Amino acid sequence: MKVRLLALAHARSGDKGDTANVGLIARRPELYPLLEREVTAARVARHFTGMLTGGVERFELPNLGALNFLLHGALGGGGTVSLKTDAQGKTLSSALLRMEIEVPDGTL
Amino acid sequence: MIRIASGQGFWGDDLDAPVRQVEGGPIDVLMMDYLAEVTMSILQKQKARDPKLGYARDVVPLMERILPAVVERGIRVTTNAGGVNPESCAEAIAEVGRRLGLGGKLRIGIVGGDDILGRLDDLLARGVELADMDTGRPLREVRDRVVSANAYLGAAPVVEALAQGAHVVITGRVTDTGLTLGPLIHRYGWKRDAWDLMAAGTVAGHIIECGAQSSGGNFLGGWPDVPDLEDIGYPIVEAEEDGSFVVTKHDGTGGVVSVPSVTEQLVYEMGDPHAYITPDGVADFTTIQLAQAGRDRVRVSGIRGGPSTPFLKVSVAYRSGYKAVGTLVYAWPDAVAKAREADRVLRARLDRLGLRFDEVLTELVGVNAAHGPLAGAPSPEAPEVQLRVGVRGDDRAAVERFTRELAPLILNGPPGVTGFAGGRPKVEEIVAYWPALVPKTEITPVVRVLTA
Repeated sequence: MKVRLLALAHARSGDKGDTANVGLIARRPELYPLLEREVTAARVARHFTGMLTGGVERFELPNLGALNFLLHGALGGGGTVSLKTDAQGKTLSSALLRMEIEVPDGTL
Repeated sequence: MIRIASGQGFWGDDLDAPVRQVEGGPIDVLMMDYLAEVTMSILQKQKARDPKLGYARDVVPLMERILPAVVERGIRVTTNAGGVNPESCAEAIAEVGRRLGLGGKLRIGIVGGDDILGRLDDLLARGVELADMDTGRPLREVRDRVVSANAYLGAAPVVEALAQGAHVVITGRVTDTGLTLGPLIHRYGWKRDAWDLMAAGTVAGHIIECGAQSSGGNFLGGWPDVPDLEDIGYPIVEAEEDGSFVVTKHDGTGGVVSVPSVTEQLVYEMGDPHAYITPDGVADFTTIQLAQAGRDRVRVSGIRGGPSTPFLKVSVAYRSGYKAVGTLVYAWPDAVAKAREADRVLRARLDRLGLRFDEVLTELVGVNAAHGPLAGAPSPEAPEVQLRVGVRGDDRAAVERFTRELAPLILNGPPGVTGFAGGRPKVEEIVAYWPALVPKTEITPVVRVLTA
Protein backbone atom coordinates (compact mmCIF):
# COMPACT_ATOMS: atom_id res chain seq x y z
CA MET A 1 0.00 0.00 0.00
CA LYS A 2 1.02 3.60 -0.54
CA VAL A 3 1.55 5.91 2.43
CA ARG A 4 2.77 9.44 2.85
CA LEU A 5 6.20 9.88 4.43
CA LEU A 6 4.43 12.00 7.05
CA ALA A 7 3.13 8.77 8.59
CA LEU A 8 6.59 7.19 8.70
CA ALA A 9 8.97 10.05 9.39
CA HIS A 10 9.44 13.55 10.68
CA ALA A 11 11.86 16.12 9.35
CA ARG A 12 13.61 19.46 9.72
CA SER A 13 15.02 21.65 6.97
CA GLY A 14 17.44 24.54 6.83
CA ASP A 15 19.61 26.49 4.42
CA LYS A 16 23.19 27.00 3.36
CA GLY A 17 23.35 29.59 0.61
CA ASP A 18 21.10 28.47 -2.24
CA THR A 19 21.09 24.87 -1.00
CA ALA A 20 18.43 23.57 1.37
CA ASN A 21 18.92 20.51 3.51
CA VAL A 22 16.14 18.24 4.66
CA GLY A 23 16.85 15.78 7.45
CA LEU A 24 14.31 12.95 7.24
CA ILE A 25 13.96 10.97 10.49
CA ALA A 26 12.21 7.61 10.93
CA ARG A 27 9.44 7.76 13.53
CA ARG A 28 10.56 4.33 14.78
CA PRO A 29 14.01 2.73 14.32
CA GLU A 30 12.54 -0.27 12.46
CA LEU A 31 11.18 2.06 9.76
CA TYR A 32 14.64 3.35 8.82
CA PRO A 33 15.59 0.53 6.37
CA LEU A 34 12.36 1.19 4.50
CA LEU A 35 13.22 4.87 4.16
CA GLU A 36 16.76 4.04 3.09
CA ARG A 37 15.44 1.72 0.37
CA GLU A 38 12.56 3.83 -0.94
CA VAL A 39 13.55 7.46 -0.48
CA THR A 40 16.46 7.66 -2.89
CA ALA A 41 18.11 10.84 -4.14
CA ALA A 42 16.59 10.21 -7.57
CA ARG A 43 13.06 9.86 -6.15
CA VAL A 44 13.46 13.02 -4.08
CA ALA A 45 14.69 14.89 -7.17
CA ARG A 46 11.55 13.71 -9.02
CA HIS A 47 9.36 14.75 -6.09
CA PHE A 48 10.75 18.30 -6.26
CA THR A 49 10.49 18.53 -10.07
CA GLY A 50 10.42 22.16 -11.17
CA MET A 51 11.44 23.44 -7.74
CA LEU A 52 15.24 22.98 -7.94
CA THR A 53 17.85 24.41 -10.31
CA GLY A 54 20.44 21.85 -9.14
CA GLY A 55 20.60 18.21 -8.14
CA VAL A 56 19.87 16.21 -4.99
CA GLU A 57 22.47 14.53 -2.78
CA ARG A 58 21.68 11.99 -0.06
CA PHE A 59 23.65 11.02 3.06
CA GLU A 60 22.76 8.21 5.45
CA LEU A 61 22.81 8.42 9.26
CA PRO A 62 21.63 4.97 10.37
CA ASN A 63 22.75 5.82 13.91
CA LEU A 64 20.02 8.48 14.07
CA GLY A 65 17.54 6.64 11.82
CA ALA A 66 17.89 9.58 9.49
CA LEU A 67 18.65 10.53 5.89
CA ASN A 68 20.02 13.93 4.97
CA PHE A 69 19.13 15.42 1.59
CA LEU A 70 20.84 18.41 0.03
CA LEU A 71 18.55 20.17 -2.43
CA HIS A 72 20.77 22.37 -4.59
CA GLY A 73 19.32 25.52 -6.07
CA ALA A 74 16.15 25.28 -3.98
CA LEU A 75 16.00 28.78 -2.53
CA GLY A 76 15.82 31.31 -5.37
CA GLY A 77 19.41 32.39 -4.78
CA GLY A 78 19.18 31.93 -1.02
CA GLY A 79 19.58 34.19 1.98
CA THR A 80 19.04 37.88 1.38
CA VAL A 81 18.99 37.56 -2.43
CA SER A 82 15.92 35.32 -2.57
CA LEU A 83 12.47 36.80 -3.16
CA LYS A 84 10.73 33.71 -1.84
CA THR A 85 8.51 33.70 1.26
CA ASP A 86 10.48 30.68 2.40
CA ALA A 87 13.95 31.93 1.49
CA GLN A 88 15.49 29.69 4.14
CA GLY A 89 13.69 26.51 3.10
CA LYS A 90 12.06 26.06 6.49
CA THR A 91 8.97 24.37 5.03
CA LEU A 92 10.76 22.05 2.61
CA SER A 93 10.80 19.52 5.46
CA SER A 94 7.05 19.05 5.30
CA ALA A 95 7.13 19.38 1.50
CA LEU A 96 9.21 16.18 1.46
CA LEU A 97 6.79 14.51 3.87
CA ARG A 98 4.11 14.78 1.16
CA MET A 99 5.93 12.11 -0.84
CA GLU A 100 4.17 8.74 -1.09
CA ILE A 101 6.07 5.48 -0.95
CA GLU A 102 5.06 1.84 -1.29
CA VAL A 103 5.18 -0.04 2.03
CA PRO A 104 4.27 -3.61 3.02
CA ASP A 105 0.76 -3.96 4.47
CA GLY A 106 0.76 -3.58 8.23
CA THR A 107 3.84 -1.34 8.32
CA LEU A 108 1.97 1.36 10.20
CA MET B 1 29.92 17.63 35.45
CA ILE B 2 29.47 21.06 33.90
CA ARG B 3 26.11 22.57 32.97
CA ILE B 4 26.03 24.77 29.87
CA ALA B 5 22.73 26.51 29.22
CA SER B 6 21.57 27.99 25.93
CA GLY B 7 20.06 31.45 26.30
CA GLN B 8 19.62 32.76 22.73
CA GLY B 9 19.45 31.03 19.37
CA PHE B 10 19.69 34.18 17.25
CA TRP B 11 19.45 37.95 17.55
CA GLY B 12 15.71 38.39 17.98
CA ASP B 13 15.13 35.36 20.20
CA ASP B 14 13.06 35.41 23.42
CA LEU B 15 14.46 38.24 25.57
CA ASP B 16 13.52 36.47 28.81
CA ALA B 17 15.00 33.05 27.99
CA PRO B 18 18.48 33.82 29.37
CA VAL B 19 16.94 35.15 32.58
CA ARG B 20 14.90 31.97 32.96
CA GLN B 21 18.06 29.90 32.43
CA VAL B 22 19.91 31.79 35.19
CA GLU B 23 17.01 31.86 37.66
CA GLY B 24 15.37 28.51 36.92
CA GLY B 25 18.00 26.18 38.37
CA PRO B 26 21.70 25.41 38.58
CA ILE B 27 23.93 26.27 35.59
CA ASP B 28 27.66 26.88 35.22
CA VAL B 29 27.73 28.59 31.84
CA LEU B 30 25.21 30.67 29.90
CA MET B 31 25.88 30.45 26.14
CA MET B 32 24.20 32.90 23.80
CA ASP B 33 24.42 32.89 20.01
CA TYR B 34 23.42 36.16 18.35
CA LEU B 35 25.05 36.04 14.93
CA ALA B 36 23.69 34.88 11.61
CA GLU B 37 25.36 35.52 8.26
CA VAL B 38 23.17 38.50 7.53
CA THR B 39 23.66 39.97 11.02
CA MET B 40 27.32 40.92 10.48
CA SER B 41 26.56 43.22 7.55
CA ILE B 42 23.75 44.94 9.47
CA LEU B 43 26.11 45.51 12.38
CA GLN B 44 28.88 46.79 10.09
CA LYS B 45 26.43 49.38 8.67
CA GLN B 46 25.46 50.47 12.20
CA LYS B 47 29.11 50.83 13.15
CA ALA B 48 29.77 52.94 10.05
CA ARG B 49 27.07 55.38 11.25
CA ASP B 50 28.25 55.35 14.88
CA PRO B 51 31.66 53.90 15.83
CA LYS B 52 30.27 53.00 19.28
CA LEU B 53 27.74 50.58 17.73
CA GLY B 54 28.05 47.38 15.74
CA TYR B 55 27.06 44.79 18.35
CA ALA B 56 23.82 43.06 19.41
CA ARG B 57 22.46 45.82 21.63
CA ASP B 58 19.88 43.56 23.29
CA VAL B 59 22.67 42.01 25.33
CA VAL B 60 23.23 45.15 27.43
CA PRO B 61 19.78 45.44 29.09
CA LEU B 62 19.83 41.65 29.42
CA MET B 63 23.11 41.79 31.33
CA GLU B 64 21.63 44.38 33.65
CA ARG B 65 19.09 41.75 34.70
CA ILE B 66 21.49 38.83 35.19
CA LEU B 67 24.90 40.27 36.10
CA PRO B 68 24.42 40.24 39.89
CA ALA B 69 23.49 36.54 39.84
CA VAL B 70 26.26 35.77 37.35
CA VAL B 71 28.95 37.30 39.56
CA GLU B 72 27.54 36.00 42.84
CA ARG B 73 27.12 32.42 41.61
CA GLY B 74 30.25 32.33 39.46
CA ILE B 75 28.33 31.65 36.26
CA ARG B 76 30.35 32.24 33.11
CA VAL B 77 28.72 33.82 30.08
CA THR B 78 29.95 33.17 26.55
CA THR B 79 28.36 35.09 23.70
CA ASN B 80 29.16 36.36 20.21
CA ALA B 81 26.99 39.42 20.85
CA GLY B 82 30.10 41.54 20.17
CA GLY B 83 29.40 41.39 16.44
CA VAL B 84 31.81 43.72 14.65
CA ASN B 85 32.53 45.77 17.78
CA PRO B 86 33.16 43.53 20.82
CA GLU B 87 35.18 46.32 22.50
CA SER B 88 32.23 48.71 22.62
CA CYS B 89 29.88 45.91 23.64
CA ALA B 90 32.17 45.02 26.56
CA GLU B 91 32.47 48.69 27.55
CA ALA B 92 28.68 49.03 27.63
CA ILE B 93 28.39 45.93 29.83
CA ALA B 94 31.18 47.18 32.11
CA GLU B 95 29.25 50.43 32.52
CA VAL B 96 26.17 48.43 33.55
CA GLY B 97 28.32 46.44 35.97
CA ARG B 98 29.65 49.58 37.64
CA ARG B 99 26.13 50.93 37.97
CA LEU B 100 25.13 47.69 39.71
CA GLY B 101 27.99 48.05 42.20
CA LEU B 102 30.13 45.36 40.59
CA GLY B 103 33.02 47.73 39.81
CA GLY B 104 36.35 46.05 40.56
CA LYS B 105 34.67 42.63 40.65
CA LEU B 106 33.31 42.00 37.17
CA ARG B 107 35.81 40.75 34.59
CA ILE B 108 34.87 40.89 30.91
CA GLY B 109 36.79 39.09 28.19
CA ILE B 110 36.92 40.52 24.69
CA VAL B 111 37.65 38.31 21.68
CA GLY B 112 38.47 39.95 18.36
CA GLY B 113 40.77 39.46 15.44
CA ASP B 114 38.01 37.99 13.29
CA ASP B 115 37.23 41.25 11.47
CA ILE B 116 39.34 41.32 8.29
CA LEU B 117 37.48 44.07 6.43
CA GLY B 118 40.44 46.43 6.77
CA ARG B 119 42.88 43.74 5.63
CA LEU B 120 41.11 42.56 2.48
CA ASP B 121 43.29 44.44 0.00
CA ASP B 122 46.43 43.25 1.74
CA LEU B 123 45.20 39.64 1.64
CA LEU B 124 44.18 39.88 -2.02
CA ALA B 125 47.51 41.52 -2.92
CA ARG B 126 49.37 38.63 -1.35
CA GLY B 127 47.44 36.09 -3.41
CA VAL B 128 44.78 35.02 -0.88
CA GLU B 129 41.91 34.93 -3.37
CA LEU B 130 38.99 34.44 -0.94
CA ALA B 131 37.20 32.68 -3.78
CA ASP B 132 33.51 31.91 -3.33
CA MET B 133 33.33 28.36 -1.95
CA ASP B 134 30.22 27.63 -4.02
CA THR B 135 31.05 29.25 -7.36
CA GLY B 136 34.87 29.58 -7.32
CA ARG B 137 34.69 33.24 -8.34
CA PRO B 138 37.53 35.37 -6.89
CA LEU B 139 36.56 38.07 -4.38
CA ARG B 140 38.11 40.88 -6.46
CA GLU B 141 35.02 40.69 -8.71
CA VAL B 142 32.92 42.23 -5.94
CA ARG B 143 35.69 43.83 -3.84
CA ASP B 144 34.40 47.39 -4.22
CA ARG B 145 30.96 46.36 -2.93
CA VAL B 146 32.09 44.55 0.23
CA VAL B 147 30.36 45.64 3.46
CA SER B 148 31.83 43.25 6.00
CA ALA B 149 34.33 40.38 6.15
CA ASN B 150 34.85 38.13 9.16
CA ALA B 151 36.74 34.93 9.76
CA TYR B 152 35.03 32.34 11.95
CA LEU B 153 37.21 31.89 15.03
CA GLY B 154 37.06 28.68 17.05
CA ALA B 155 37.01 27.92 20.76
CA ALA B 156 40.66 28.80 21.49
CA PRO B 157 40.27 32.52 22.23
CA VAL B 158 37.18 31.79 24.37
CA VAL B 159 39.27 29.36 26.42
CA GLU B 160 42.00 32.00 26.75
CA ALA B 161 39.54 34.63 28.02
CA LEU B 162 38.06 32.17 30.55
CA ALA B 163 41.57 31.25 31.70
CA GLN B 164 42.22 34.93 32.39
CA GLY B 165 39.23 34.94 34.72
CA ALA B 166 36.53 36.50 32.57
CA HIS B 167 33.01 36.14 33.96
CA VAL B 168 31.59 37.28 30.66
CA VAL B 169 33.24 36.59 27.30
CA ILE B 170 32.13 38.91 24.49
CA THR B 171 33.26 37.80 21.07
CA GLY B 172 33.06 38.85 17.47
CA ARG B 173 32.53 36.12 14.86
CA VAL B 174 33.30 33.04 16.93
CA THR B 175 31.53 29.91 15.67
CA ASP B 176 28.26 29.11 17.40
CA THR B 177 29.70 25.79 18.56
CA GLY B 178 32.94 27.36 19.86
CA LEU B 179 30.94 29.20 22.52
CA THR B 180 30.02 25.81 24.05
CA LEU B 181 33.25 23.93 23.29
CA GLY B 182 35.34 26.74 24.85
CA PRO B 183 34.00 26.33 28.40
CA LEU B 184 34.38 22.54 28.11
CA ILE B 185 38.04 22.78 27.12
CA HIS B 186 38.57 25.31 29.90
CA ARG B 187 36.88 23.15 32.56
CA TYR B 188 38.39 19.79 31.66
CA GLY B 189 41.72 20.83 30.15
CA TRP B 190 40.98 18.87 27.00
CA LYS B 191 43.94 18.68 24.62
CA ARG B 192 43.33 20.57 21.39
CA ASP B 193 44.24 17.48 19.36
CA ALA B 194 41.89 15.19 21.32
CA TRP B 195 39.71 15.11 18.21
CA ASP B 196 36.92 12.97 19.64
CA LEU B 197 36.51 15.41 22.53
CA MET B 198 36.62 18.41 20.19
CA ALA B 199 33.88 16.71 18.17
CA ALA B 200 31.82 15.93 21.28
CA GLY B 201 31.92 19.55 22.45
CA THR B 202 31.09 20.70 18.94
CA VAL B 203 28.04 18.42 18.75
CA ALA B 204 26.94 19.65 22.19
CA GLY B 205 27.23 23.19 20.87
CA HIS B 206 25.29 22.36 17.71
CA ILE B 207 22.45 20.86 19.76
CA ILE B 208 21.98 23.99 21.87
CA GLU B 209 23.06 26.78 19.49
CA CYS B 210 19.56 27.31 18.11
CA GLY B 211 17.94 27.75 21.50
CA ALA B 212 14.66 25.91 21.98
CA GLN B 213 14.88 24.15 18.61
CA SER B 214 16.15 21.07 20.48
CA SER B 215 13.75 21.30 23.42
CA GLY B 216 10.37 21.23 21.70
CA GLY B 217 10.36 24.39 19.61
CA ASN B 218 9.74 24.07 15.86
CA PHE B 219 9.25 20.33 16.49
CA LEU B 220 7.61 18.58 13.57
CA GLY B 221 7.91 15.16 15.21
CA GLY B 222 4.95 15.72 17.53
CA TRP B 223 4.19 19.37 18.14
CA PRO B 224 0.60 18.89 19.39
CA ASP B 225 1.97 16.91 22.34
CA VAL B 226 4.61 19.45 23.39
CA PRO B 227 3.37 20.93 26.67
CA ASP B 228 3.44 24.58 27.72
CA LEU B 229 5.24 26.16 24.77
CA GLU B 230 4.54 29.56 26.35
CA ASP B 231 6.97 28.59 29.11
CA ILE B 232 9.39 26.52 27.03
CA GLY B 233 12.61 25.48 28.73
CA TYR B 234 15.73 26.23 26.72
CA PRO B 235 18.22 23.36 26.43
CA ILE B 236 21.00 22.64 28.90
CA VAL B 237 23.97 20.34 28.31
CA GLU B 238 25.36 18.44 31.30
CA ALA B 239 28.78 17.35 30.10
CA GLU B 240 31.26 14.90 31.59
CA GLU B 241 35.03 14.88 31.26
CA ASP B 242 34.92 11.93 28.82
CA GLY B 243 32.91 13.97 26.32
CA SER B 244 29.57 12.28 26.91
CA PHE B 245 26.71 14.56 27.87
CA VAL B 246 23.02 14.76 28.66
CA VAL B 247 20.71 17.28 27.01
CA THR B 248 18.01 18.47 29.38
CA LYS B 249 16.16 21.59 30.57
CA HIS B 250 15.16 23.11 33.89
CA ASP B 251 12.49 21.29 35.93
CA GLY B 252 9.04 22.77 35.73
CA THR B 253 9.48 24.34 32.31
CA GLY B 254 7.50 23.61 29.15
CA GLY B 255 8.72 21.91 26.01
CA VAL B 256 10.21 18.46 25.61
CA VAL B 257 13.70 16.99 25.38
CA SER B 258 13.46 13.63 23.63
CA VAL B 259 15.44 11.57 21.14
CA PRO B 260 13.22 12.87 18.29
CA SER B 261 13.49 16.52 19.41
CA VAL B 262 17.29 16.32 19.66
CA THR B 263 17.55 14.44 16.37
CA GLU B 264 15.64 17.17 14.54
CA GLN B 265 18.16 19.73 15.76
CA LEU B 266 21.12 17.48 14.88
CA VAL B 267 20.08 17.37 11.21
CA TYR B 268 19.35 21.11 11.07
CA GLU B 269 21.50 22.90 8.45
CA MET B 270 23.50 19.71 7.99
CA GLY B 271 25.75 19.12 4.99
CA ASP B 272 27.88 15.98 4.76
CA PRO B 273 27.29 14.33 8.16
CA HIS B 274 30.71 12.65 8.05
CA ALA B 275 32.45 16.01 8.06
CA TYR B 276 30.96 18.81 10.16
CA ILE B 277 33.90 21.17 9.80
CA THR B 278 34.77 23.75 12.47
CA PRO B 279 38.02 25.56 13.29
CA ASP B 280 38.41 23.14 16.22
CA GLY B 281 38.09 19.85 14.35
CA VAL B 282 35.85 17.79 12.10
CA ALA B 283 32.94 16.02 13.77
CA ASP B 284 31.41 12.83 12.37
CA PHE B 285 27.67 12.96 12.97
CA THR B 286 27.28 9.33 11.87
CA THR B 287 28.90 8.29 15.18
CA ILE B 288 26.45 10.06 17.49
CA GLN B 289 24.47 7.76 19.80
CA LEU B 290 21.30 9.05 21.49
CA ALA B 291 19.32 7.42 24.29
CA GLN B 292 16.43 8.61 26.43
CA ALA B 293 17.73 8.73 30.00
CA GLY B 294 14.68 9.80 31.94
CA ARG B 295 12.03 12.43 31.40
CA ASP B 296 13.37 15.35 29.34
CA ARG B 297 16.86 13.86 29.42
CA VAL B 298 18.72 12.56 26.36
CA ARG B 299 22.15 10.98 26.71
CA VAL B 300 24.59 11.68 23.84
CA SER B 301 27.71 9.56 23.47
CA GLY B 302 30.09 7.79 21.12
CA ILE B 303 31.05 10.87 19.13
CA ARG B 304 34.16 10.59 16.97
CA GLY B 305 36.04 13.34 15.23
CA GLY B 306 39.09 14.09 13.13
CA PRO B 307 41.76 16.77 12.78
CA SER B 308 40.90 20.35 11.94
CA THR B 309 41.71 21.74 8.50
CA PRO B 310 44.38 24.42 7.81
CA PHE B 311 41.65 26.92 6.89
CA LEU B 312 39.10 29.13 8.56
CA LYS B 313 35.81 29.98 6.92
CA VAL B 314 35.28 33.62 6.07
CA SER B 315 31.92 35.27 5.69
CA VAL B 316 31.96 38.27 3.36
CA ALA B 317 28.90 40.43 2.82
CA TYR B 318 28.62 42.60 -0.32
CA ARG B 319 26.03 44.89 -1.87
CA SER B 320 24.16 43.15 -4.65
CA GLY B 321 21.34 45.30 -5.99
CA TYR B 322 17.85 46.01 -4.70
CA LYS B 323 14.58 44.24 -4.07
CA ALA B 324 11.02 44.96 -3.01
CA VAL B 325 8.08 42.71 -2.20
CA GLY B 326 4.44 43.77 -2.18
CA THR B 327 1.18 42.01 -1.35
CA LEU B 328 -2.58 42.27 -1.94
CA VAL B 329 -5.34 40.04 -0.59
CA TYR B 330 -8.18 38.72 -2.80
CA ALA B 331 -11.40 37.28 -1.35
CA TRP B 332 -13.99 34.72 -2.47
CA PRO B 333 -15.44 34.21 -5.00
CA ASP B 334 -12.70 33.26 -7.48
CA ALA B 335 -9.99 34.52 -5.14
CA VAL B 336 -7.21 32.63 -6.91
CA ALA B 337 -8.36 33.54 -10.42
CA LYS B 338 -8.55 37.20 -9.46
CA ALA B 339 -5.07 37.16 -7.91
CA ARG B 340 -3.66 35.54 -11.06
CA GLU B 341 -5.35 38.12 -13.26
CA ALA B 342 -3.98 40.94 -11.09
CA ASP B 343 -0.50 39.45 -11.46
CA ARG B 344 -0.89 39.32 -15.25
CA VAL B 345 -2.02 42.95 -15.36
CA LEU B 346 0.81 44.06 -13.08
CA ARG B 347 3.45 42.31 -15.18
CA ALA B 348 2.04 43.77 -18.40
CA ARG B 349 2.27 47.25 -16.88
CA LEU B 350 5.85 46.67 -15.68
CA ASP B 351 6.72 45.56 -19.24
CA ARG B 352 5.06 48.57 -20.80
CA LEU B 353 7.05 50.85 -18.48
CA GLY B 354 10.20 49.22 -19.85
CA LEU B 355 11.34 48.16 -16.39
CA ARG B 356 13.95 45.42 -16.40
CA PHE B 357 14.56 43.16 -13.42
CA ASP B 358 16.83 40.18 -12.79
CA GLU B 359 13.83 38.38 -11.34
CA VAL B 360 10.10 38.88 -10.84
CA LEU B 361 8.59 36.27 -8.52
CA THR B 362 4.88 35.76 -7.95
CA GLU B 363 3.59 33.62 -5.10
CA LEU B 364 0.04 33.02 -3.97
CA VAL B 365 0.17 32.77 -0.19
CA GLY B 366 -2.41 30.20 0.82
CA VAL B 367 -1.81 28.26 -2.39
CA ASN B 368 1.84 27.74 -3.29
CA ALA B 369 4.23 29.98 -1.32
CA ALA B 370 5.56 27.16 0.87
CA HIS B 371 5.23 23.94 -1.12
CA GLY B 372 4.98 25.20 -4.70
CA PRO B 373 3.43 22.77 -7.16
CA LEU B 374 3.49 19.99 -4.53
CA ALA B 375 0.53 21.65 -2.84
CA GLY B 376 -1.70 20.74 -5.78
CA ALA B 377 -4.41 22.76 -7.49
CA PRO B 378 -6.12 25.39 -5.31
CA SER B 379 -9.80 25.04 -4.51
CA PRO B 380 -12.05 27.27 -6.64
CA GLU B 381 -13.86 27.93 -3.35
CA ALA B 382 -10.70 29.22 -1.59
CA PRO B 383 -11.96 31.84 0.89
CA GLU B 384 -9.03 34.18 0.23
CA VAL B 385 -5.51 34.31 -1.13
CA GLN B 386 -2.62 36.72 -0.79
CA LEU B 387 -0.91 37.80 -4.01
CA ARG B 388 2.76 38.37 -3.24
CA VAL B 389 5.01 39.80 -5.93
CA GLY B 390 8.73 40.49 -5.53
CA VAL B 391 11.26 42.06 -7.89
CA ARG B 392 15.03 42.19 -7.77
CA GLY B 393 17.58 44.08 -9.86
CA ASP B 394 20.54 46.48 -9.96
CA ASP B 395 18.47 49.51 -10.96
CA ARG B 396 17.13 51.10 -7.80
CA ALA B 397 14.81 53.42 -9.76
CA ALA B 398 13.14 50.45 -11.46
CA VAL B 399 12.56 48.68 -8.14
CA GLU B 400 11.23 51.96 -6.73
CA ARG B 401 8.80 52.30 -9.64
CA PHE B 402 7.55 48.74 -9.08
CA THR B 403 6.51 49.68 -5.54
CA ARG B 404 4.07 52.25 -7.01
CA GLU B 405 2.36 49.79 -9.34
CA LEU B 406 0.58 47.65 -6.73
CA ALA B 407 -1.78 50.15 -5.12
CA PRO B 408 -3.45 51.18 -8.42
CA LEU B 409 -4.70 47.59 -8.77
CA ILE B 410 -7.06 48.17 -5.87
CA LEU B 411 -9.15 50.53 -8.00
CA ASN B 412 -8.25 49.53 -11.54
CA GLY B 413 -7.76 45.75 -11.26
CA PRO B 414 -9.90 42.73 -10.42
CA PRO B 415 -12.47 43.16 -7.58
CA GLY B 416 -12.62 41.88 -4.01
CA VAL B 417 -9.17 43.11 -3.06
CA THR B 418 -7.87 44.50 0.22
CA GLY B 419 -4.84 44.38 2.48
CA PHE B 420 -2.87 47.40 1.36
CA ALA B 421 -3.06 49.29 4.64
CA GLY B 422 0.71 49.09 5.15
CA GLY B 423 1.29 51.39 2.18
CA ARG B 424 3.86 50.97 -0.58
CA PRO B 425 6.46 48.24 -0.20
CA LYS B 426 9.93 49.37 0.91
CA VAL B 427 12.92 49.12 -1.39
CA GLU B 428 15.67 47.15 0.30
CA GLU B 429 19.31 47.04 -0.61
CA ILE B 430 20.42 43.42 -0.95
CA VAL B 431 23.52 42.51 1.00
CA ALA B 432 24.56 39.13 -0.31
CA TYR B 433 26.74 36.56 1.34
CA TRP B 434 30.07 35.28 0.00
CA PRO B 435 31.53 32.23 1.79
CA ALA B 436 35.31 31.79 1.44
CA LEU B 437 38.31 30.17 3.09
CA VAL B 438 41.43 31.80 4.52
CA PRO B 439 44.59 30.04 5.73
CA LYS B 440 44.57 29.84 9.53
CA THR B 441 48.06 31.36 9.56
CA GLU B 442 46.58 34.66 8.35
CA ILE B 443 44.28 35.08 11.34
CA THR B 444 45.40 35.86 14.89
CA PRO B 445 42.63 36.00 17.49
CA VAL B 446 43.00 38.85 19.96
CA VAL B 447 41.99 38.39 23.61
CA ARG B 448 41.79 41.09 26.25
CA VAL B 449 40.18 40.98 29.70
CA LEU B 450 39.05 44.17 31.40
CA THR B 451 37.81 44.74 34.94
CA ALA B 452 34.67 46.84 35.26
